[in-house]
Amino acid sequence: MRIYVPRDAAAKALGAEAVAAAVSAEAAARGLPVELVRNGSRGMVWLEPLLEVETPEGRIAFGPVTAADVAALFDTGFGAHPKALGLTAEIPFLKKQTRLTFARVGVIDPLSLSEYEAHGGLAGLRKALTLAPEAIVAEVTDSGLRGRGGAGFPTGIKWKTVLGAQAPQKYVVCNADEGDSGTFADRMLMEGDPFTLIEGMVIAGLAVGATRGYIYSRSEYPDANDVMGQAIAIGRAAGMLGPDVLGSGRAFELELRVGAGAYVCGEETALLNSLEGKRGIVRAKPPIPALQGLFGQPTVVNNVLSLAAVPAILAEGGAAYAAHGIGRSRGTIPLQIAGNVRFGGLFETGFGITLGEIVNDIAGGTASGRPVKAVQVGGPLGAYHPVSDFDLPFAYEEFAGRGGLVGHAGLVVHDDSVDMLKMARFALEFCAIESCGKCTPCRIGAVRGVEVVDRIAGGDAAAIPLLTDLCQTMKLGSLCALGGFTPYPVLSALTHFPDDFATLQEAAE
Amino acid sequence: MLPILHAVQAEFGHVPAEALPQIADALNISRAEAQGVMSFYHDFRDHPAGRHVLKICRAEACQAMGSEALAAAAKVRFGIDWHGTTANGALTLEPVFCLGLCACAPAAMLDGQVIGRVDAARLDQIATEAGA
Repeated sequence: MRIYVPRDAAAKALGAEAVAAAVSAEAAARGLPVELVRNGSRGMVWLEPLLEVETPEGRIAFGPVTAADVAALFDTGFGAHPKALGLTAEIPFLKKQTRLTFARVGVIDPLSLSEYEAHGGLAGLRKALTLAPEAIVAEVTDSGLRGRGGAGFPTGIKWKTVLGAQAPQKYVVCNADEGDSGTFADRMLMEGDPFTLIEGMVIAGLAVGATRGYIYSRSEYPDANDVMGQAIAIGRAAGMLGPDVLGSGRAFELELRVGAGAYVCGEETALLNSLEGKRGIVRAKPPIPALQGLFGQPTVVNNVLSLAAVPAILAEGGAAYAAHGIGRSRGTIPLQIAGNVRFGGLFETGFGITLGEIVNDIAGGTASGRPVKAVQVGGPLGAYHPVSDFDLPFAYEEFAGRGGLVGHAGLVVHDDSVDMLKMARFALEFCAIESCGKCTPCRIGAVRGVEVVDRIAGGDAAAIPLLTDLCQTMKLGSLCALGGFTPYPVLSALTHFPDDFATLQEAAE
Repeated sequence: MLPILHAVQAEFGHVPAEALPQIADALNISRAEAQGVMSFYHDFRDHPAGRHVLKICRAEACQAMGSEALAAAAKVRFGIDWHGTTANGALTLEPVFCLGLCACAPAAMLDGQVIGRVDAARLDQIATEAGA
């Protein structure tokens, strides 16, 4: 019998280790031959730990399982049980998705290269090895893939720039410094299907002529780093990495590096400085990293999700990927639904689904049962959207048009108990703590911003235009997105929820 | 430089002052540069932490599920503020911005072990385990 208990950090945080131990103990006590597989998470976090059993009809699921449930599950022969959910693939949350990047996450043993291959892995890399670099770049360009880290820059154009640059050494750097609150797709992918990321990076290397790659991950992700590190070692031993990738004679070396708690290192130039062993200070652009990146050499810097989308694009063709989505937002986006929601987790779908569908239909509204007040989309630098924005299709230009951003596609739902003045203050406080200090609007502006919000909270209405003005300065004058985008949560809170900025003042009068 | 600092901290629990000149020497950089790098990153400490380190997430998704109240309760429970260590040296309390556990908030991490949906009862359990 094959039983699956996830090794994903969210499952572990909800007791998966105890469940796995109970399964092993129970199987041993009953003398049953059980193969316990530690898979990634299916992304339905409210059902974690989600235990699955392989049957001739397909995998059946039970969740959320506690260690105390395990004996009874064995007793019933994994049949009728209050935690039984039926066939995993038929659970509506999963069934409604279009999983391209996350196709294997939760399905396979993340560290089994043979399972990876049996589920379509390496097909993209094998295809890429038959193509000229220009043809690989063209395929990625045709897919319409844009940077999933948040900036949304066309990946094909970035790769073309690096391909065209002349240098003795080029690099591929994966930005896995997923610091945005409400986002966990990079973590889930690294824990649930690390070979996809490795494959994507090798393809990027082949496309631009880079023979070295780095993954820059976070110290806050010990579980992801553990799996990723093991996967790199396995990939190297199997010839997926190294001097002779799959016997092609082409070389690609990959190294995992771990940050040290600095949010700003998720900004690509700060990340490069950090990789070089320096303070994570933002660099002024130009020069762009595609021409002068790591150690001054041409460098592809892409997010985990961008690189992990590439194997499927090569395997199925750019046009197949571009068939999903709307407008200039092509392909699928792994939404991360979090905060105060009933059904939180990862939902991969084509661009174009509306914010209201995501929050009401998929996430099932708030966990607290209270009305939704605001949804922050795109991390701590993303705007707070009121319920009146629920008609917005999830896509780059559409969100930008309504004063927001897609970012890394994280959504944090707040119920009506949230105080938006406090959230605006927090955004500025966070910016002040995490500012790298290089540019003045961010370094000083964030600190002054907190003070100004405190004045508003104290009843000084005259400080409101000052806050708007300060945000304008930060937006236009900051070197990077940290200072430049902090005004998004602040101004959206002020614009959409003016009552939260006025109550104390009125109370004082 | 970061792998070295991580390794030193893993071995000693902090980066001792006498380690920096040696690191600077080995990398052929000035002591000021080494100090500058170390002090930039929140993770590295120049003095030992308590026997256990509890990190509570302060980011928005956890806030939406009551992490501010949880953190306030923890501070009272342990009699310390952020970055403080309990009088018996058992536990250090640190803020963290996102553990990627946003769909099972509020989240915390005790010595590298992730914990989801932390409530008052779980906080008590953590305190008992840590001897704080």
